[in-house]
Amino acid sequence: MVSVNTNGNSSALIQVRGLDKTYWRGGEQIDVLQGLNLDVDKGDFVAFMGPSGSGKTTLLNLLGGLDVPTSGAVSVAGDEITHMSRGRLTEWRARHVGFVFQMYNLVPVLTAYQNVELPLLLTRLSRSARRQHVEAALAIVGLRDRSHHFPRQLSGGQEQRVAVARAIVSDPTFLLCDEPTGDLDRKSADEIMALIEELVSKHSKTVLMVTHDPVVAARAHTVLHLEKGVLVEASKSRQNAMAGGGA
Amino acid sequence: MKFSRLILANLFRKKVRLLLTLGSFAVALFLFAFLAVVKYAFTGGAELADARRLVTINRVSIIQPLPLSYRDKILRIPAVQSVTHDNWFGGVYQDEKNFFPQFVIDPEYQRQVFPELLVADDQWNAFLKDRQGAIAGAATAKRFGWKIGDRIPIKTTLYGGGAWEFNIDGIYHGQRKEDDETQFWFQWDYFEERVPERLKGLAGWYTVKLDSPDDAIRVAKAIDGEFANSPYETKTDTESAFAASWVKQFGNIEFLILVIGTVVFFTLLLVTGNTMAISVRERTGELAVLKAIGFKDGSILILVLAEALTIALCGGILGLALAMLAIPVLSTALSGMLPNLILSKSMLAAGIGFALLVGATSGLLPGIGAMRLRVVEAFRRI
Repeated sequence: MVSVNTNGNSSALIQVRGLDKTYWRGGEQIDVLQGLNLDVDKGDFVAFMGPSGSGKTTLLNLLGGLDVPTSGAVSVAGDEITHMSRGRLTEWRARHVGFVFQMYNLVPVLTAYQNVELPLLLTRLSRSARRQHVEAALAIVGLRDRSHHFPRQLSGGQEQRVAVARAIVSDPTFLLCDEPTGDLDRKSADEIMALIEELVSKHSKTVLMVTHDPVVAARAHTVLHLEKGVLVEASKSRQNAMAGGGA
Repeated sequence: MKFSRLILANLFRKKVRLLLTLGSFAVALFLFAFLAVVKYAFTGGAELADARRLVTINRVSIIQPLPLSYRDKILRIPAVQSVTHDNWFGGVYQDEKNFFPQFVIDPEYQRQVFPELLVADDQWNAFLKDRQGAIAGAATAKRFGWKIGDRIPIKTTLYGGGAWEFNIDGIYHGQRKEDDETQFWFQWDYFEERVPERLKGLAGWYTVKLDSPDDAIRVAKAIDGEFANSPYETKTDTESAFAASWVKQFGNIEFLILVIGTVVFFTLLLVTGNTMAISVRERTGELAVLKAIGFKDGSILILVLAEALTIALCGGILGLALAMLAIPVLSTALSGMLPNLILSKSMLAAGIGFALLVGATSGLLPGIGAMRLRVVEAFRRI
């Protein structure tokens, strides 16, 4: 279950408390996130929506330990990540977070297999154990037969599926997907969303996704809107929009 | 080793650039090897010199002679084991381009004073019995295709003109591969017989063999003291100091080579540093992804450094391999002009060290840049 603006104790997998993020640009202070609270349980599938510059990607970066907040705290499975050193945060990311990016971000000179294997190179797994994990991940995304293809030999949808396989190969605690269908046609986008739904339903993955696309967002369990640095649940967001004369 | 595939894949990303960078390293290392060999050719004499040998020349200049009578006087100085005297012949074999050093030697002590230059006993004995006999260095004999029994005419330019005939009675070989095998020796008696009267009884220089290197300074002083205030005052140095002062006559070779080497080093550093910087900048997004999925800052630095070092090592090995092929050819072409054109193991090791140093230095700045890359900012840029 997802709770927004909660302040109390909870046993949620991801707990965000009083999260602020402020940028300074040309001497001007920009408050991207303001006192954000959020609880996400294991197995939840949450979509974040909002206009450009609303702080969706910033929130995702903070949840994934890629950025540090101005104030506030993020805890994942009991680990308070906001005060971790750079090195520890990197180790934590390797263990707990799977990233899926809009532009796939595969290494073009490595095959699908080698791209998926990358996170496992950081583990102590043997070569044969790594092979098992990679083949399993590629099987889940339906690309076992394309394992020796380079990214340039794959379609956009297939590249994103390889990126998903790379994200899940080390069995992370949760997945962060930043516009995972943003660069795909509708058919490929549907396939990727079906895959993500399957990861949630069959493999009990927790997924937090940023998207502009309401059709894609509708497939999540919960849709949250970021407005002026504050999280609003989808229903409330719609009410606000109607009150303001929006659609 | 787990990352070797990633390193290799990144290296082969731009094949033309890789080839050009490898080529830069290969050319630079070839030049490095060539400079090292030339430097050694000039200065190796000092390094090879026997610490138990002294060289006595005329105090005015080496081209001024010394009386032959000095030999016995030097031999009487305590701690002197043996003495030999030589003269420069400076003849021309067929053509002036066919230069090789020819020495008139004193056969009595030659082998005791220069034991590292080996002549078979039967050949040496034949030489002793043959007034027109000569011993040729193996390199010179090979260069001109001489064999024992050949009759060799050498035209003198210093001693009255005309061709002097010699019989090749033996071939000498150096004990070490660095030893000079280009010399040509012939009998003192034959020389004395043919030179003009005014040059008889005079030697070019003396080489003195000591009981122990510890006696060198004392004996050198004693020799020079013995002939002080005479018409032929002497100047005695260790063989090493003599060889070093001989090289100085050609100019400051070491400095020249150092300057060229430094220019090569920095040019290569700029070329490879620029290549690595471009290569890393092109991969900002990929490096950010690697960091996002858990590659630590140190691992990223090591990946970049490993790429630079791999290029340096491969290019270096290629350049040194080319040098190993080319230097013997060059050595033959310059035979007689420069002895000891030898690419030694220590030079090869220094070459590899040089390549790795350039590789590490060129990869360091881009590597640190990649290490400090902030993932969020990198994603914002791409």
